[in-house]
Amino acid sequence: MEQDFISVDEILQEYEGKKGNLIPILQAVQRQKGYLSKSDIRYISEKMHIPIAEIYGVVTFYAMFRLEPQGEHIIKICKGTACHVADADSIKEAVVDYLKLEEGEQTTADGKFTVMEVACLGCCSLSPVIMIDQQTFGKLTPNSIPGILSRFKK
Amino acid sequence: MSEIIVKVGLASCGRAAGAMEVYDKLKEYLEQNEGAYILKRTGCIGMCFEEPIVSLSGSEIGEITLGKVNAENVINLIEEYRKDIIPSSNIILSDKVEASCNDLFAYQQRIVLQNCGRIDPLSIEDYEASGGYQALRKALTLSPQEIINEVKISGLRGRGGAGFPTGLKWSFAASAKSDIKYIICNADEGDPGAFMDRSVLEGDPHRVLEGMIIGAYAIGAHKGYIYCRAEYPLAIEHLKMAIVSAREKNYLGDNILGTDFSFELSIKEGAGAFVCGEETALMQSIEGKRGMPSIRPPYPAESGLWGKPTNINNVETWANIPWIIKNGGEAFKAIGMEKSSGTKVFALAGKIAGSGLIEVPMGITLRDIIYKVGGGMKTEKPFKAVQLGGPSGGCIPADLLDIPVDYDSITATGAIMGSGGMVVMDSGTCMVDVARYFLNFTQNESCGKCTFCRIGTRRMLEILNRITEGKGELEDLDRLEELALNISKGSLCGLGQTAPNPVLTTLRYFKDEYLAHIVDKRCPAGVCTSLLHYYILPEKCIGCTLCARMCPVSCISGSLRQVHIIDQSRCTHCGNCYKACKFGAVTRE
Repeated sequence: MEQDFISVDEILQEYEGKKGNLIPILQAVQRQKGYLSKSDIRYISEKMHIPIAEIYGVVTFYAMFRLEPQGEHIIKICKGTACHVADADSIKEAVVDYLKLEEGEQTTADGKFTVMEVACLGCCSLSPVIMIDQQTFGKLTPNSIPGILSRFKK
Repeated sequence: MSEIIVKVGLASCGRAAGAMEVYDKLKEYLEQNEGAYILKRTGCIGMCFEEPIVSLSGSEIGEITLGKVNAENVINLIEEYRKDIIPSSNIILSDKVEASCNDLFAYQQRIVLQNCGRIDPLSIEDYEASGGYQALRKALTLSPQEIINEVKISGLRGRGGAGFPTGLKWSFAASAKSDIKYIICNADEGDPGAFMDRSVLEGDPHRVLEGMIIGAYAIGAHKGYIYCRAEYPLAIEHLKMAIVSAREKNYLGDNILGTDFSFELSIKEGAGAFVCGEETALMQSIEGKRGMPSIRPPYPAESGLWGKPTNINNVETWANIPWIIKNGGEAFKAIGMEKSSGTKVFALAGKIAGSGLIEVPMGITLRDIIYKVGGGMKTEKPFKAVQLGGPSGGCIPADLLDIPVDYDSITATGAIMGSGGMVVMDSGTCMVDVARYFLNFTQNESCGKCTFCRIGTRRMLEILNRITEGKGELEDLDRLEELALNISKGSLCGLGQTAPNPVLTTLRYFKDEYLAHIVDKRCPAGVCTSLLHYYILPEKCIGCTLCARMCPVSCISGSLRQVHIIDQSRCTHCGNCYKACKFGAVTRE
């Protein structure tokens, strides 16, 4: 159990004494582990002397924090205005169909992909757009989805 | 013969269109053919509809910018260019030869975007060579009061949306008495449909830094933060690198350029909350808390970040500062309108031909922006409305297109100038659906502090959902207006106060569409699925059975080579048959 927290300790050390460091610490832990586990949150709470409730309040306020393990690849489907009027819904349908996700499911059973909707990726002129990990794909049609996703399946 | 310089636009938009493959190809070729050309990276020149974009210079033809370049043709294009042959491809910009976007570009006046798509954003030397950091050198010879006066004279108003005079804001923070003061750059560009700040941060980060350093000197701050949304990883990366190189050159740090002024900058990454674009919420977020807006006064200039005097400006506002200091407030004031001076950057998106980023003098009409600078509509479908100001803004109809773009004229329409997102909509866009879309957004993003915003927007959304599903009633329109009024009055921050705007403007200008949904149970634009009815045209149906196979509820009957029929009582309006039919035999109304 102790072992688990070495990386968290390193992160806590890096931000020690810096003002307003709770969010950057949570971001760094999530970047490393993919999500914020209960035990990590409890550990951060003890070390930083911040009540768990307060940390939970912050974590659930912001869209980027995850309390569940994430897939290997994160697919962000842009729901910005330009994408909305360019029928982003059909892109989402195509992604969900291809990954065979059930209603309400975000992560595929094999842990390869997590699908989420985001407000706007700022590539409006190429709408509709999705982002897989750090890569953006634009001018999509439902038909282009299988080709793109298959590249990440390996 | 001079050397050929090849520049590839590598902003997020370029990369999404495949610019990285072009760049990698060029790099690979250069490794095999040393000295063939000088390869450079640059930001977004704004013509996103032509991405990937490559510009060439160094031959007799002069600098040319090419659009829709790919990894296969790029080497050939360079070789043609080297031999002074005008490349047989899509030339979008050029001084000497015919180019498709020269006319569109000529309407623009570039201050903030001056360097975007021209210089290497990661090279501080490139920025210096284009006149960068000269404004800072000049500023350091002036007194803080002189700088604030210059900004006041310029008439610059906050580009984040509200349009508060920047010089006045600075003077409040400057006169606050405190040993510690902060300045903040609001780069939490959350409006869906807006990407001006992203492009500036990716394409010319030093301009923003220079503006901030000048502002810090004028206000007396020694510490600054750039609060950037996490959805812009490339912008954050470029900012980080820009800060490092500015520090190396002593534009940041202790005793800047040999003076006794010291200033440090840090980046704070947002964590995904639209409300953090509101200044008091943003400061809460920097402090590591939930981003909940707080009541003003006290204004940030008195008590802001960690209770200290703080000055917050938006990316574009900061990016205007170096130009103003270098050229003087009067020169800036001479551009644009009396009460809205200077230029404004807009992000054009939606059903417009020339989608991308533009910078135009204030006072230009919406019609000129859409039909001249933006190249008109993308398809044959006619213009219906332009959405300005994102979730806080509104939809402006065709008969108001001749109003000038300035803070006051736009506000009079019921929309707001906002940060500069402009989404163009055609007859295929349903205005009730657009209103519903924005309400869904604000309802999701409401922080929950004020009851009217938290619950009121939800009630409005429920009504709009009902209307788009064909279950609306006429009284709903009055309910929407009443809720809208109360939400505006009863909310603390801009998010709640302006949340009803998309509904109010569409009700004002497109009431007939609401009535069509409510009374006729019909969506004129053909968007609201529950209101669409699908039929098979017997004269076009060849009986291929594809639609029947695609129907998820098996409500299409007919055998091979026979006309098919949709059972309306069981149809779920999913539209699969409509999309599947290759013969245009499925129609909807």
